[in-house]
Amino acid sequence: MPEPLLAISGLHAGYGETEILRGVGLTVAPGEIVAVLGSNGAGKSTLNRTISGVMRAVRGTIRFAEDAIERERPSAIVARGLIHVPEGRRIFPNMTVRENLDLGAYRRGRARRSDNMSKAFAIFPRLAERQGQRAGTLSGGEQQMLAIGRGLMAEPRLLILDEPSLGLSPLLVEELFALIKSINADGIALLLVEQNVVQSLEVAARAYILDNGRFVLEGSAADIRNDPTLKRTYLGM
Amino acid sequence: MLSPVILFPAVLNGLMTGAVYALVALGLTLIYGVLHIINFAHGALLTAAMFAAFFAHKLLGLDPYVAAVLLTPLFFVLGYGLQRFVIGPAAHGEDRNILLVTLGLAVVIENALLYAFRADTRTINLPYAFNVVEIGPAFLAVPRVVAFVVVIFVALALWLILRLTDTGKAIRAVAKEKLGAELSGIDVAHIYAVTFGLGTACLAIAACLLISTYYVNPQAGNAFVLIAFTIVVLGGMGSVAGALIGGLFVGVVESLSGLWLGESLGQIGIFVMFILVLLFRPSGLFGERA
Repeated sequence: MPEPLLAISGLHAGYGETEILRGVGLTVAPGEIVAVLGSNGAGKSTLNRTISGVMRAVRGTIRFAEDAIERERPSAIVARGLIHVPEGRRIFPNMTVRENLDLGAYRRGRARRSDNMSKAFAIFPRLAERQGQRAGTLSGGEQQMLAIGRGLMAEPRLLILDEPSLGLSPLLVEELFALIKSINADGIALLLVEQNVVQSLEVAARAYILDNGRFVLEGSAADIRNDPTLKRTYLGM
Repeated sequence: MLSPVILFPAVLNGLMTGAVYALVALGLTLIYGVLHIINFAHGALLTAAMFAAFFAHKLLGLDPYVAAVLLTPLFFVLGYGLQRFVIGPAAHGEDRNILLVTLGLAVVIENALLYAFRADTRTINLPYAFNVVEIGPAFLAVPRVVAFVVVIFVALALWLILRLTDTGKAIRAVAKEKLGAELSGIDVAHIYAVTFGLGTACLAIAACLLISTYYVNPQAGNAFVLIAFTIVVLGGMGSVAGALIGGLFVGVVESLSGLWLGESLGQIGIFVMFILVLLFRPSGLFGERA
């Protein structure tokens, strides 16, 4: 077993007095796809925000490539190659597609940007066609591509995708999961945080079920897929 | 009254005055657009810059235009430091705290100036202050023409910085989508401070342009900032082009209503127009709809 790329243990986090994460632990190996599944309000977004440094951990440790990062600022964490593509896309609506992608590589040298941009355009030909267009005028699916493209511009070692399938048509969801596999084929590890259980379990090697701020189950994707009580109890299926 | 021989100079003079209003408004709108706060210390910082320009001339014998070259970077650093080490940390992420902290700063700066220099009104005398440029029927004071040209140049430079540089793009990104910017690796605290620094640097330039024809006392900046507030609303909160065009427009309105209503009532026109804009186009002339 190689050293994990991301290792979280005993993590507590929340807003003010309200504790949302109540002691979670998780690992992602280099190049692995791990899914975190849970219903609305289970604490998925808080987990992501704490990993990326937008929220402060109350207690617990987060290690990335063996360095403790739980006290670092988001900009420093991005520079390490831990990239969080947030829920709701959070693209820059007033700027062009190209400017959005450029800003994704804000922490990388100018020289690397055109390289990264060509790669991003190869993955998303649609974005190349619309590079001069204001991002706010893109369709929902295109905006999701742009958000992921912006994340890839930062040269991630681990990419956190927060509810990427939210609001996409079934056809686009298919495309998205194919894309996730191809990103992973390039050696990038993914932490896939989703409500879409069936498809997430198809691409992930392992999964964690988050409920009420705790992981209630973890295991291989196959094991979790075959657990009927789990679906009824925690995922409302 | 409506003869072009009178109207033309009035419009030109209005544009000259409006340019300085626009520069003060540029600083204010930039800070509002990015930090989403109204900087109540803007007037006090303008006053401080005017005192700096005054003493640069009085004590060091520096021409205000030379002083501008030194004071602009100095006030950038001052603004950066204020946001990074005072306003930001004191606010703890709450907008209403920022409001109060800038208000407190204004009180501190104004009273420090009052304590140091008393309420006296001071002016400087420059050999070229009464030289005029003749454009058709209009005679325009040289310092006002210089001010107009400088402001257009500064606005253009600011616009180019925001469009073309990495930092400028980061400023625009933070303005519209803070979380997205943070997760792209942009240091938001740094960008906030840079923005505050740019806004404060605008004040240093405005002060150096004003000091040759205007007076300074510990309240001198407030008159300009009150008008700048109306320009920011008029032009659309956060819009650089809106601040420039709004500023020029307000200058002309002031000048023309001065012509018709009498010099001392000139500013009535500004506030009547301000109320009309609020009634009929609350997002401002260049503002994006919420």
